[in-house]
Amino acid sequence: MISPGMTILLCLFVPFVGSFLILATGSRPNLRETMTLLTAITLFLLVASIYPLVAAGERPGIDVVEMLPGLSIAFKVEPLGMAFALIASFLWIFTSIYSIGYMRGHHEENQTRFYFYFAISLMAAIGIAFAGNMITLFIFYEVLTLCTFPLVAHHGTEESKRAGRVYLGLLLGTSIAFQLFAIIWTWVITGTLDFTKGGILAGTTDNLTVAILLALYVFGIGKAAVMPFHRWLPAAMVAPTPVSALLHAVAVVKAGVFTVLKVTVYIFGVNFLADINVSEWLQYAAAITILLSSLVAMTKDNLKARLAYSTVSQLSYCVLGAMLVNSWGILGGGMQIAMHAFAKITLFFCAGAILVAAHKTEISDMGGLGKTMPFTFTAFFLASLSIIGLPPFGGAWSKFYLAYGALEAGQLALVAALMISSLLNVYYLLSIPFRGFFGRPPETPGHYSRPQSDGEIHEAPIPCLIAISVSTVGCVVLFFYTDPLYNLLKQIILP
Amino acid sequence: MIQAHLPALQVIIPLIAAPFCLLIRRSDLAWAFSLLVTWCTFAIALILLLQVNETGTISYPMGDWSAPYGIEYKVDLLSAFVLVIVSGIGSVVMPYARLSIEREIPWPRIYLFYTMYLLCLCGLLGIAITGDVFNLFVFLEVSSLSSYVLIALGKDRRALTAAFRYLIMGTIGATFYVIGVGLMYMMTGSLNMADLAKLMPLVAETRTIQAAIAFLIIGLGLKLALFPLHLWLPNAYTYAPTVVTIFLAATATKVAVYAFLRIIFTVFGNVPVLQKEFMTDFLMFLAIVAMFAGSFVAIYQTNIKRMLAYSSIAQIGYMVLGISFISVAGLTGGIIHIFNHAVVKGALFMAVGCIFIKMGSVYIEDLAGAGKRMPVTMASFVICGLGLIGVPLTVGFISKWYLILAALDKGLWPIAAAIVGSSLLAVIYVWRVIEVAYFQPAPEGAETRSEAPMTMLAPMWFLTLASVYFGVDATRTINIAETAAAYLLKVIQ
Repeated sequence: MISPGMTILLCLFVPFVGSFLILATGSRPNLRETMTLLTAITLFLLVASIYPLVAAGERPGIDVVEMLPGLSIAFKVEPLGMAFALIASFLWIFTSIYSIGYMRGHHEENQTRFYFYFAISLMAAIGIAFAGNMITLFIFYEVLTLCTFPLVAHHGTEESKRAGRVYLGLLLGTSIAFQLFAIIWTWVITGTLDFTKGGILAGTTDNLTVAILLALYVFGIGKAAVMPFHRWLPAAMVAPTPVSALLHAVAVVKAGVFTVLKVTVYIFGVNFLADINVSEWLQYAAAITILLSSLVAMTKDNLKARLAYSTVSQLSYCVLGAMLVNSWGILGGGMQIAMHAFAKITLFFCAGAILVAAHKTEISDMGGLGKTMPFTFTAFFLASLSIIGLPPFGGAWSKFYLAYGALEAGQLALVAALMISSLLNVYYLLSIPFRGFFGRPPETPGHYSRPQSDGEIHEAPIPCLIAISVSTVGCVVLFFYTDPLYNLLKQIILP
Repeated sequence: MIQAHLPALQVIIPLIAAPFCLLIRRSDLAWAFSLLVTWCTFAIALILLLQVNETGTISYPMGDWSAPYGIEYKVDLLSAFVLVIVSGIGSVVMPYARLSIEREIPWPRIYLFYTMYLLCLCGLLGIAITGDVFNLFVFLEVSSLSSYVLIALGKDRRALTAAFRYLIMGTIGATFYVIGVGLMYMMTGSLNMADLAKLMPLVAETRTIQAAIAFLIIGLGLKLALFPLHLWLPNAYTYAPTVVTIFLAATATKVAVYAFLRIIFTVFGNVPVLQKEFMTDFLMFLAIVAMFAGSFVAIYQTNIKRMLAYSSIAQIGYMVLGISFISVAGLTGGIIHIFNHAVVKGALFMAVGCIFIKMGSVYIEDLAGAGKRMPVTMASFVICGLGLIGVPLTVGFISKWYLILAALDKGLWPIAAAIVGSSLLAVIYVWRVIEVAYFQPAPEGAETRSEAPMTMLAPMWFLTLASVYFGVDATRTINIAETAAAYLLKVIQ
């Protein structure tokens, strides 16, 4: 039997080796995709095998190498990271299935490179999830930025190159300029960067420094896309849809908010932050991001762009949860990671399916498309409900806890912001399936559109549909079967 | 028996070997001979480092004339570290040199290259090992004169003007240095560093010594290309043969930084020179201007060699910045960056050499499709480019970490912000190359895939892997740098 520490290392090793197997089998697509799937499944099983330990209250960990005196590359699995790793590795399996349908159906080029960097990205995400101290987290954070860049700039066109520049500039820029700065500052103040329950900063420095540090962390974690550092996310939408789905709705962006939560809980300490009350203006920053990006989303006609701004908005829910610095906020933020992951990946899967099957990207062209793609549009409708936060979908729980946390913090304005945002969600998300089912086809159909009025069903390839159905079912399951997640996250907030 | 004479052998072997290359004349034999010599010096340097680590500072009286009357060779941790860097780079460059030189230097002059190369190596090693200020001047001139020749060997005729310019500036620098030495000798009657350090407090406040300090700092500032005394550097690096650029970029300015440290912290170790408010501020200011000006200008270059040359000016700024903190953390950052930058810049220029040999150009716009045509070379360029930026898991990160740490330690957070800001500029100039190489399709009719020969790839990847290895496990290098820094500041004896 291998030790838990080894299992953690295997979780990094498997996608790493897998990526090179993908490279080696690049000339034979079927074998290559088998490799991707095998790697994804193995990874999920490995991650899942750690779960019972963490659920039982253990914190398995391992020190790999001492980088600088007193500073190691180390891993330690705690509940929040466990949840994140489970979600990311689980959804990778189905994104891989989806990718097979999408990439072939859409005749993408450089598929081997695509699968290669995809696997490396997953390794980085797992590294972030399991990091035992801030420096390890930062390292994998940067790896994730760098290895998703080739995926964003996948098409190599002028547009995607420009988007790649924005992507890299903002993510690398904020992380070096603010986050690294904050990390070194923390090290100077405390002499440690280990994630410690209750935080490491309490009682070490004055409140002003803590306030500045907190801001440096929150804005320095550019992957959390708090305005005004959100532009990279819409820019990243030039990537192939599976990338947008898994990375820019789950792995990358969730790595961002995950880091915010982790820093709040394990570097600052919830109680400490609550005592000195320095996070209030960041709550408003998050609330403004929530509302503004919802408003921007309403103006976008491109489906993926609209979903991107919706993601920006939803990410700030997590940031808001963290900045409320009370138990319910943290719980809500943690849950939002899971709930939003399943719902948003479904939406992106659907967007990709529409692109592959009907070659449409603009919402205004999608009138009546629901009749030819009923399955896709139904899934889109259900996932939208989860994003909005209606039962019986998982999203209801995270919204509930977040609102509860805001109430407990005595911030009625924030509760109102959450409610208004949900209303905006209703408008900009539900209008899409409505247009699909009840709208009329555009007068001048696009050059590639099929006759839609004959009622013939024309859905995306089967692998795409499998993935869509799994993630949609996931949204419902997470509503009725929340206990494991709840119990896991509860461990964080219990004293 | 022979072990006791290692400090002398360290310098004498390349010195004696150099004229032999002149006699050998046949380029392949000269190459094999020089390869052997450089590897010998590297072995000696490693042994010396181990010895110093175990037994402490080694003092070797040249010709058994005891100090302070004779010339003393003194190997402490810092000198041993620099010796390892210089001889290490010197020996890694050798296998790479053969094919690159054949391509870039006319056939009849190749043996001259090896002669001068060994002389230059001898001079640089001498600077690092000697404990005598005048002897340091001699080696400074040995290394400088040979490097003028090395630069002038470049095929491009502009190499001649570049070498001439360097000759003028370098001579001014060396002259200033020797004037400073003369003034010190006038007041103390000694040339031995340790002896000078003892005598200095008695005469420190005299005008003569104050003038000496000014001459020494400016003289060495010229050699280490501290902004605004850097004007010789870009052209010299751009037009010299690539191998020469690799060697000089990785060692010459670093050794000058070493000499600077020696003078300030050993010779003037007992008197506050930099500690005077104005001096640190001034040095810090120059360092920061260098960091930004160098990086800004680098962004606008079209020639990669030139771009990397300007980046060197910025990187030298980091080293000087580290020195200007006058704290253990700051000096550690400066010293570790000597090593880190040598490795990274060496590998980057090696990549440029590989690109030149296959694509015949070092201009960024001609690099289209290089990512597909030369994947092995470009992968190394990307990794080392990240090292230049200071991305974690590369050596650059370790340097930045210590420099920012030192700045925050002193409460100088605007300086820390400046360090961060200038590394963002590095992102831009590195990225310009990567983008063209990977995301612009190769021009029609270009060869699909052709890599540089193995003898060039192997040394490049050796340095690249070193830059990753010492970025992941930096405890060893950091220990050396930290101890050396503490020793210089007399925190420990």
